[in-house]
Amino acid sequence: MMCDFLFSLVCTGEIFELKAELNSDKKEKKKEAVKKVIASMTVGKDVSALFPDVVNCMQTDNLELKKLVYLYLMNYAKSQPDMAIMAVNTFVKDCEDPNPLIRALAVRTMGCIRVDKITEYLCEPLRKCLKDEDPYVRKTAAVCVAKLHDINAQLVEDQGFLDTLKDLISDSNPMVVANAVAALSEIAESHPNSNLLDLNPQTINKLLTALNECTEWGQIFILDCLANYTPRDDRESQSICERVTPRLSHANSAVVLSAVKVLMKFMEMLPKDLDYYGTLLKKLAPPLVTLLSAEPELQYVALRNINLIVQRRPEILKHEMKVFFVKYNDPIYVKLEKLDIMIRLASQANIAQVLAELKEYATEVDVDFVRKAVRAIGRCAIKVEQSAERCVSTLLDLIQTKVNYVVQEAIVVIKDIFRKYPNKYESVIATLCENLDSLDEPEARAAMIWIVGEYAERIDNADELLESFLEGFHDESTQVQLQLLTAIVKLFLKKPTETQELVQQVLSLATQDSDNPDLRDRGYIYWRLLSTDPVAAKEVVLAEKPLISEETDLIEPTLLEELICHIGTLASVYHKPPSAFVEGSRGVQHKRLPGSSAAGVSEAPPAVIPSQGDLLGDLLNLDLTPPTTTGPPPPASSGMQMGAMDLLGGGLDSLVGLLNTVLSEAVSLRSSFNVPVSGGLDDLFDLGGGVGMPMGVFNPPKTVWLPAMKAKGLEISGTFVRRAGVIQMEMTLTNKAMSVMTDFAIQFNRNSFGLAPAGPLQVLTPLSPNQSIEAALPLSTVGPVMKMEPLNNLQVAVKNNIDVFYFSCQYPISMLFAEDGKMERQVFLATWKDIPNDNESQFQIKDCHLNSDAASNKLQGSNIFTIAKRTVEGQDMLYQSMKLTNGIWVLAELRVQAGNPNYTVSTVLVVLAVFKSYFSNTNQNE
Amino acid sequence: QKLVKAKMISPNCLFCHIIRQRSQRHLIYYHIREIKAANPHNREARTYGIRNFFFVLICRNYKGDVDMAEIDHFLPLLMQHEEEGLLCPVLSHGNVHFMWIKHSNLYLVATTNKNSNASLVYSFLYKLVEVFTEYFKELEEESIQDNFVVVYELLDELMDFGFPQTTDSKILQEYITQQGTKLEVAKSKVPTTVTNAVSWRSEGIKYKKNEVFIDVIESINVLVNANGNVMSSDIVGSIKLKTMLSGMPELRLGLNDRVLFALTGRDKGKTVVMEDVKFHQCVRLSRFESDRTISFIPPDGESELMSYRINTHVKPLIWIESVIEKFSHSRVEIMVKAKGQFKKQSVANNVEVRVPVPSDADSPKFKTSTGTAKYVPEKNMVVWTIKSFPGGKEFLMRAHFGLPSVENNELEGKPPITVKFEIPYFTVSGIQVRYMKIIEKSGYQALPWVRYITQSGGTLIRLQYNMTYCFRNVFYLSKGSDVEM
Repeated sequence: MMCDFLFSLVCTGEIFELKAELNSDKKEKKKEAVKKVIASMTVGKDVSALFPDVVNCMQTDNLELKKLVYLYLMNYAKSQPDMAIMAVNTFVKDCEDPNPLIRALAVRTMGCIRVDKITEYLCEPLRKCLKDEDPYVRKTAAVCVAKLHDINAQLVEDQGFLDTLKDLISDSNPMVVANAVAALSEIAESHPNSNLLDLNPQTINKLLTALNECTEWGQIFILDCLANYTPRDDRESQSICERVTPRLSHANSAVVLSAVKVLMKFMEMLPKDLDYYGTLLKKLAPPLVTLLSAEPELQYVALRNINLIVQRRPEILKHEMKVFFVKYNDPIYVKLEKLDIMIRLASQANIAQVLAELKEYATEVDVDFVRKAVRAIGRCAIKVEQSAERCVSTLLDLIQTKVNYVVQEAIVVIKDIFRKYPNKYESVIATLCENLDSLDEPEARAAMIWIVGEYAERIDNADELLESFLEGFHDESTQVQLQLLTAIVKLFLKKPTETQELVQQVLSLATQDSDNPDLRDRGYIYWRLLSTDPVAAKEVVLAEKPLISEETDLIEPTLLEELICHIGTLASVYHKPPSAFVEGSRGVQHKRLPGSSAAGVSEAPPAVIPSQGDLLGDLLNLDLTPPTTTGPPPPASSGMQMGAMDLLGGGLDSLVGLLNTVLSEAVSLRSSFNVPVSGGLDDLFDLGGGVGMPMGVFNPPKTVWLPAMKAKGLEISGTFVRRAGVIQMEMTLTNKAMSVMTDFAIQFNRNSFGLAPAGPLQVLTPLSPNQSIEAALPLSTVGPVMKMEPLNNLQVAVKNNIDVFYFSCQYPISMLFAEDGKMERQVFLATWKDIPNDNESQFQIKDCHLNSDAASNKLQGSNIFTIAKRTVEGQDMLYQSMKLTNGIWVLAELRVQAGNPNYTVSTVLVVLAVFKSYFSNTNQNE
Repeated sequence: QKLVKAKMISPNCLFCHIIRQRSQRHLIYYHIREIKAANPHNREARTYGIRNFFFVLICRNYKGDVDMAEIDHFLPLLMQHEEEGLLCPVLSHGNVHFMWIKHSNLYLVATTNKNSNASLVYSFLYKLVEVFTEYFKELEEESIQDNFVVVYELLDELMDFGFPQTTDSKILQEYITQQGTKLEVAKSKVPTTVTNAVSWRSEGIKYKKNEVFIDVIESINVLVNANGNVMSSDIVGSIKLKTMLSGMPELRLGLNDRVLFALTGRDKGKTVVMEDVKFHQCVRLSRFESDRTISFIPPDGESELMSYRINTHVKPLIWIESVIEKFSHSRVEIMVKAKGQFKKQSVANNVEVRVPVPSDADSPKFKTSTGTAKYVPEKNMVVWTIKSFPGGKEFLMRAHFGLPSVENNELEGKPPITVKFEIPYFTVSGIQVRYMKIIEKSGYQALPWVRYITQSGGTLIRLQYNMTYCFRNVFYLSKGSDVEM
């Protein structure tokens, strides 16, 4: 404090001196004075008092002096807005200076003065500079638009600068194009709804041309912008890829990574059997490998991204294992990332090499690295079954080193190996037991106890071992206590005669002497189980456990897709979506890979093993996804194109496809209902109908939406029904965790039809462990609209006292058919004729054993109304209408050939008609 | 020696490091200084230097959306991570993300609160170092303080609103000059180069004698494990140019590239397969992609035209066999044999074999059949230097160290033996410059000169640990195991 005070005293004197010098007549002296001012500013002294004097020096021909004054202005204008106005005139004048360097300097500085009052004076000069003859001025002005937009967005829009900026994309100078693209992307980011960067084949072509000519940084702006584009078809996709590939040879790593991003994204659209697809895959590997010889920080970014790429397309780097071997002088963050990738690439072919390396690492000195290496050996064992034996023996070798943390880590991973290959390696237990005393970390102790409990029948002195832990029971961490309790109960069930005393001891320790509710609860449960029904206890405690899965740390597929779209950015480094760490980006739509829905479903099998009921659900659900093979791949929507308009444009195809399936589903289901066919099939539909309603509306049975594994024990299964005009989400919440769950709440992401909870989630009583509760949530359709992929996808967040969980589910479109979907005959006829052919699509329903009247009756139950019927050449033609909740009408023609020996109902013609009501409806929604 | 000890004892050795680095010259400024630079792509980017923890050497706020005071969190965060051994190039505090690099004792930190392009940020920070180094010879605290006006000017020219702009230091030097005197004389115009498609070369360059020097430099990286097996090896080559050509010459470089030969249907002579190639921005990438032609307008003066990576199995050019015996509480004996496994006509220059020794070793004694051995206590190694090492020859070095009777309890790393050397007039891969065509509209004749060098990028030979007998390679007995020999 004292120092500061003295310091400021010194400063005051200094400031007087500077003031005098600034007002000197001599040019040189003036310049030196301004330099001194800037120097003081840099070291953090407050020289704002000199504002008027410095601004006075602004009108000079000396470029260097001018630069210095501008620098000063940028720093202090904000604190002295009134004074800053004094500078405006000079700015305006400088913007017309014959020297382009001064014009650019003026326009650059102007944008950096973040004072609202000044902005409007700057519009005219900026407008001129955007049209300047010198490209250096134009490129600076382009960035200035983005700056101005940041200060006053409305002003920029009113003044039409955005259009001028768009025009600059066609500028003859590549640097100007690059800066214009950068500025537009920046502005678009803060305005997801605006259609600023409407990328079309023409602009794309311009960008690709500029890509060859601009600086490395410009190339990055352009590539990042290209990555937001969705090509119309695979041909376009391929031609863009071909023009982007040469960038992989650029010396700048950032250019390479941005090019990789574009390629990884557009590759999704290429058919896999295409020759070019294979060529592209091959071309990607070498540049990725070369990134590893860049500076360590860039290596780190590259490795984090390679981690994603390997998960998405393992084939690219499968032969490149060696380059991920750790070097002695790699920084620790590079080492750890390399290890991760080594495990991902480990396969039967290279496992021997990998293990040899890992063993080497495990003898290093860096504790974190060594631990991870040991853990990696365990993961190899679980991943590559053939190597398990070798991994186990490697781990045993490591245990022999007696290095404390190595031993502990090894025991933790051996536990995992036991869970993957039960009853296979118990011969090592003896070695493990020798190290019992050296274990001081809870995780290792818990693992060891688990092993002893699990194999109690084969360990002669299991009771002694466990008893030794029991002595300091209360000093152990909860993890160890819980494990010890379970292990001793297991032991008792296996060797009841000798261990009665031990089990009583532990039960009393857990229930009477412990403050931990979890421990107490578990203790009581065991106690009660053991005292009431020992047989049941055996069945519960010694039940067969499911094997652990191969790779536990894979990134969830939808997140992975999003991250692939963000290659090179912070999101890809953190492995988190941008919404997780950037403020104000929550509303921004998550980026998706093009055509991803189909790929995602087929490549990532569901983690849960489906039960009988689920199987049916899966069957139906699968059928409900849009038939991607029939139409062009559904276009992915970028952050810009959203909302209702999109439903009419790109979404049309998928909507029609979806409706087709629903209709066919509805018809065939209904029909099979009445007509007795083979027994098995009948049962199947009975099951489906059981959950449904008497009305006969088609309601799918409940499926598991959120498996307990992913939600800390909360399992949610559910379905959608439409009852008396109200859409309801019916859920069964099951608590599979050990603790009570309370405070449930639910929220939907924006979705295609504006579905939103009409009220709060009603779960009034706390949900105890292993309890299930039914909850029905009425939905409204007036929520915010955003096009989803697939169209009927709904992203849901459920919260309870433990955490927030996310899942997505798909609702049957038939839920959205409104009761007032019966169209007037006249209107129907008129509309039918007016609808353009593009909006039509046809499909067939096979094996529907039903005549036209019965079908029409059944469909009416699902709010699909028959308007008219006529018979032509033995075919019954049913004309039908239905109305979606958002006001879109769908008209259909159903042809039933009565005499067909195959009992086929054929071809429904679905036509989309759009009414004005739709627009008003969605406008309200927005 | 004392300092070395200090490092071993204190686990959070950050301070020691810095004191050591700073030497006694600047005891007051024993902390880190940093330069904080740029978050290029998105949000604000600033350049900072920090002195005494919270003192920023220089900073530039490009976007104004991150509070300038946020940098105060950087250093504590950095130290916390370093202490936990979890150092990471990206640190975050709340919504602010710090991306940093370290250059000698300066930190360059970019801050952002958006999902910025991280690879662009790091590339830019390194570019910044490059530009500053070209301007000030060396980038250090003094050079920034003495030149803050130029630094500010450069920072403004290098990046605008978080977008990197012109970063070619040769071009920048044409309009951002150190003294500013030149500015007035030249009436300071923007060099057209700044916005030209050819942004790396100015017009109107003149030389009396038109020449271009081509250096083909290959580094071989070999990793040998303790059993003497080559674990991984690759060749990283680079072709450097020193261009002294007038006007705007159009150059074409021909290499014995196998893909090119296959394309043109020629297949005579030795060719090389380049796994991956990276080019200076002057090379027309699409042209290379379509017909493997390397055509370009070169930057003036020195530049790296291209680099390539070749993935072939190379045997170490200088083979090392070593036996290191550690007798706890008494001594370490080291025997290293180096053998030149390259052609007899070639000579390796400035060979350096670096052998690690325990940190508590003392009283060194050496015996070498050629060259000199030196103990470098601050790096815990013996450096054996051989000025000229002919192919096919074999040399020997013996070293003897005493060990204190009180044992050091610190677990020590196992640094590998590293070998450094340079072999002129020779490339391992056999790459050849077949021609360099130079065409300029004035039609002058120019001479290309080519030179080949092979150097070791780091031949690493891992040491065996705690093994009793090892015939081939290394023998490093450590820590308490009194093995009888």
